[in-house]
Amino acid sequence: MREFGYRRAVDVPGAVALLGADPEARYLGGGTNLVDLMKTGVERPGLLVDVRELPLDRVETTADGGLRIGSTVTNSDLAADPEVRRRYPALAQAVLAGASGQLRNMATVGGNLLQRTRCGYFADPARPCNKRVPGSGCPAITGEHRNHAILGASEHCVAVHPSDMGVALAAFDAVVSYEAADGPGELAFKDFYLPVGESPHRETALPPGALITAVTLPPAPVAATSRYRKVRERASYAFAIGSIAAALDVRDEAVREVRLAFGAVASRPWRARTAERVLTGGPATAEAFAAAADAELAAAEPLPDNGYKVTLMRNLVVALLIELTEEASR
Amino acid sequence: MAPSTSSAITLTVNGEKHTLPVDHRTTLLDALRDRLDLTGTKKGCDQGQCGACTVLIDGRRAVSCLQLAVAAEGREITTIEGVAQDGQLHPVQQAFLDLDGYQCGYCTPGQICSAIAVIQEHAAGWPSAATADVRPAAGVPALTADEIRERMSGNLCRCGAYVSIVRAVARAAEPAQAPPGTADASVGPAGSGVAA
Amino acid sequence: MTTTTGTLTTAGSVGSAHVRVEGRAKVTGAARYAADLPFAELAHGWMVLSTVARGRVRSVESAPVLAMPGVLTVLHHGNAPRVDGDYVGTLGRPDPIVACFQDDHIPCAGWPVALVVAQTPEQAREAAEALAVRYDEESHDVAFYAGRPGTYTPENSPMLQAETLKGDLEAELAASAVVVDAEYTTPQEHHHTLEPHAATARWEDGRLEVVDSNQGSMWVADELAKLFSLDPASVRVRSEHVGGGFGSKGVRPHQVCAVMAATVLHRPVRVVLTRRQMFTAVGYRSPTAQRVRLGADADGRLRVLDHQAQNLTSRVYEFVEQSASIGRVMYDADAHHTVHRVVPLDVATPTWMRAPGEAPGSFALESALDELAEKCGVDPIVLRSRNEPVSGPVSGLPFSSRNVLACFREGARRFGWADRDPRPGLRREGRWLLGTGTAAATYPSGAAPSTAAVTAEADGTFTVRIAAADIGTGARTALTLIAADALEVRPDRVRVRIADSDFGPAMIAGGSMGTRSWGWAVMTAVDELQGQLALGGDIPPEGITVRSDTSAAVAALAAKERHSFGAQFAEVAVDTSSGEVRVRRMLGIFAAGRIVNPLTARSQFVGGMTWGISMALHEEAVRDQASGSHVSADLAGYHFAANADVPLVEADWVDDPDADDPVGIKGIGEIGIVGAAAAIANAVWHATGVRHRHLPIRPDRVLLSGSRDIASG
Repeated sequence: MREFGYRRAVDVPGAVALLGADPEARYLGGGTNLVDLMKTGVERPGLLVDVRELPLDRVETTADGGLRIGSTVTNSDLAADPEVRRRYPALAQAVLAGASGQLRNMATVGGNLLQRTRCGYFADPARPCNKRVPGSGCPAITGEHRNHAILGASEHCVAVHPSDMGVALAAFDAVVSYEAADGPGELAFKDFYLPVGESPHRETALPPGALITAVTLPPAPVAATSRYRKVRERASYAFAIGSIAAALDVRDEAVREVRLAFGAVASRPWRARTAERVLTGGPATAEAFAAAADAELAAAEPLPDNGYKVTLMRNLVVALLIELTEEASR
Repeated sequence: MAPSTSSAITLTVNGEKHTLPVDHRTTLLDALRDRLDLTGTKKGCDQGQCGACTVLIDGRRAVSCLQLAVAAEGREITTIEGVAQDGQLHPVQQAFLDLDGYQCGYCTPGQICSAIAVIQEHAAGWPSAATADVRPAAGVPALTADEIRERMSGNLCRCGAYVSIVRAVARAAEPAQAPPGTADASVGPAGSGVAA
Repeated sequence: MTTTTGTLTTAGSVGSAHVRVEGRAKVTGAARYAADLPFAELAHGWMVLSTVARGRVRSVESAPVLAMPGVLTVLHHGNAPRVDGDYVGTLGRPDPIVACFQDDHIPCAGWPVALVVAQTPEQAREAAEALAVRYDEESHDVAFYAGRPGTYTPENSPMLQAETLKGDLEAELAASAVVVDAEYTTPQEHHHTLEPHAATARWEDGRLEVVDSNQGSMWVADELAKLFSLDPASVRVRSEHVGGGFGSKGVRPHQVCAVMAATVLHRPVRVVLTRRQMFTAVGYRSPTAQRVRLGADADGRLRVLDHQAQNLTSRVYEFVEQSASIGRVMYDADAHHTVHRVVPLDVATPTWMRAPGEAPGSFALESALDELAEKCGVDPIVLRSRNEPVSGPVSGLPFSSRNVLACFREGARRFGWADRDPRPGLRREGRWLLGTGTAAATYPSGAAPSTAAVTAEADGTFTVRIAAADIGTGARTALTLIAADALEVRPDRVRVRIADSDFGPAMIAGGSMGTRSWGWAVMTAVDELQGQLALGGDIPPEGITVRSDTSAAVAALAAKERHSFGAQFAEVAVDTSSGEVRVRRMLGIFAAGRIVNPLTARSQFVGGMTWGISMALHEEAVRDQASGSHVSADLAGYHFAANADVPLVEADWVDDPDADDPVGIKGIGEIGIVGAAAAIANAVWHATGVRHRHLPIRPDRVLLSGSRDIASG
């Protein structure tokens, strides 16, 4: 870990100004990912701008009935928030499925969106990695990739995004607000993460130096009947090998509205819009759920050792949607 | 001009203020151990992947290995050394001692700090990943063995003392009565071997 | 004053529950582990390990690093003090990895190539990261699989019986009504003690002092003396509290580096391994590929037991994981064959890890027994009772005691085994398929020579000094109880001091032999002390001290098959649509000698069984074939059970005192893991109808194998 400067920001414009145009500067939130990456030598910032004390730590109801979540709200506070739990239960479940109680107390919503992949090659500076060192290669494609992407990857990178929270945010059409040197801006969640393509090191559409200030969830009555399910290689305190956020509104045995997003299958939380289209207006049956999952996963391009994820995600779609259908009928 | 890479900071630990210069790279864990000689907080992985370094920051549990010391200035830090009051063990400490909630003892300070927070988090009504229904209308879940297991999962124990740890947390949380799912897992009469 | 023993009528302390004597220190954070003791002028060493899997160090570019803030020295093969790595220690020759920086040769990824020492750990870490090491890389081969080229059968030695054979395997196979022939694999597993290896070395008044975390302070002191060609009396190693060992804490590169740097810099130096470094610097359990062939009559009586086990080792040291040994104890057969084979690859040297041999071996053999039970249509416990040998199947020697069937009887009763429908794939609860399984357990019981000193103090208390180690076993407390009973006093009048090489030779904490070996030495010393005290007279201010040495008594033990035994039971739930496996409950009943402290013994058994859960479902180090090094070498990538993975695990025991031991001890450290993974795998079969012969039973494996629909055939 190289030596670095440290500044504690007290307001948003001040934070953005402190970071300035310094390419070696980083915002420090909870530090649960950044400090780890600094210890392994993946990140070597020259300046940290601590944003944890910025007044962005509130969860508020918006005028239209949605929720605005400040970017320094901790994962714990987000998951404990009664409005989140009542209106977007899958979001609370997703957050609670991630990391540990200690880490959730430290980690922030803004940092969660920006966390880096857990690909073992990315984490080891002795190995090539196009995400860490552009152009150096991707050893995962021919090497260890049991927990790598089946959707949306490229020949340059097959890493997956590790966030649980982000999967629920994708399902609920979150909007990311930020402050940049030239003022505030916002990005729809679908536009927030960039396609992998030839530049896996460029992960988000945030302008350089921008600070995430909030995540806004538009009102979504369907979200009140939602769940998050995560499969991992031990029962807790592990990253997903496959996860799913689902929300379902069923009337008269037909799907009126459905939201589906997958985790641990792509470089970003994966909104399953194809499956949603296939399902909407159709019957709420196991056969229809399976057909929708198949439609979504038709685009999957598994590697030799991660084809199980196709089966896993198909099964999870069916299982979770059946659960939600049963819940709706109670 | 390059920014300074060290700062003089004041850390508040177990109610006591300590002023010391720190390299910005110094984690709270290393500051506690190497600078303040508070070595009860342990370093297991130094990456937030084991929980051995758990302390309470402003009353909430956190892994001190990922907390930069300089960023902890102004916050109230409680370590294992600050848990007992006036020589009287905290109920969680007493339960770990009585029920053998450890073996080598290395993860123990982190387990105990974590358990203290788990009991508080549960009392505050926080759900967990073991909670069947997180919606507020479902009410606060009982602190069952499964809830304790999930909530304590951020503290790895390599000796495999989890079974006793769960009993200890249950006992400390409700001294009068063990929660459902732990009663039949009681230690039983000590030494109850049976004839061959 | 005059002190006598036996003046108090005391209930026996041995056999009743006592909290750990150091428990209060452990729950308050007061217990100081190796990296916890403060030293004035302490410098911090950071190891640099090779990033290539085979080749030579071309250069270590120290100059820029030496100019960095706080850097004191960079040690490497060009400037490090010379050591002698050719010695023979207590357990044979050392793994050459401990002879750090003696040449430019690199036999594996993660081999020590330099040590950077600086004023602060932050400076040392950054300098170590910045240190440029250039390599001449050679092609490597790290691919381990059954029967691969280069595999050979090692020579027999005092610590290894490579192969045993009796009878005609092929003839008996041909005559068998039922045959099981299956291959099993277990992956590379790591000890990952929660406390990383740490040592602080300094020279004090002409003596080398090392504060360490190890499983035997005398052992480490002896090896360091040999490595550095020092008078053994001039080396002192202490290791008061140890955050887990499991076989990994002997002499390792960190102590050697600390001694080298302290010698060069003339100040105390601490070297602590990082979690990542622990993947290559401290040993691990080799992956295994095992073939088991069982041939039996229709009623399950064995005609053939053939267990062929293969493991890997490094190219610089032959380590054999003796997985096939378990069959030499557990079951007889008309034709009986066991063999260990090993293949050297460009990897670090494996070593002992909790229940070495028996842990992976029991997975294969006890899974195969379950397959045989299925094929014969015989209950798995009945099958084992039909194959209970009267004497050692290979040695012919009598068993000191063998209460495995008593364990099965008691376990079956408490687990509810009698109600079990043996057919697989029938029980469903929501998305979960349920099943139960069982397996036998065994581990050798032994004793090794030890010395102890017991002092009758002038104040009426007693002090025991013995170079034992308490790595979480409860040994310190057990020895206190043993001494108290022998002295016929309450335990609070006995102070047991351990883990100091100045206390003299003693067995290490390993092989489930520590407490038995040390307890024997303590008993012997107390015996003699009581003789002296019986003569009467005053206790002088320095007390009366008696020393014991059990070498002769241990050597006089008659040759017998001496083992602990047990029966493991597990219930699992399997979701074949997600691949998740959850253990719901476990029960282990053990016949493992006299239990000294039921409170801590139960923790030992349950801890071993918890390791079995990890072994069955989680643990696996992943090696990148292209680079020869580990991928995701951290505790987020290498999983062992978290709290949520561990359900109700119960352990208990049947009476089984060892008549040849003064206390009746057999040893309990390893046996809890033996058979546990097999019981879980057998339960997964019972739940799903699918045999899982490759560990760990990961979600992807369960998903891809699914379940056999029994009802539709």
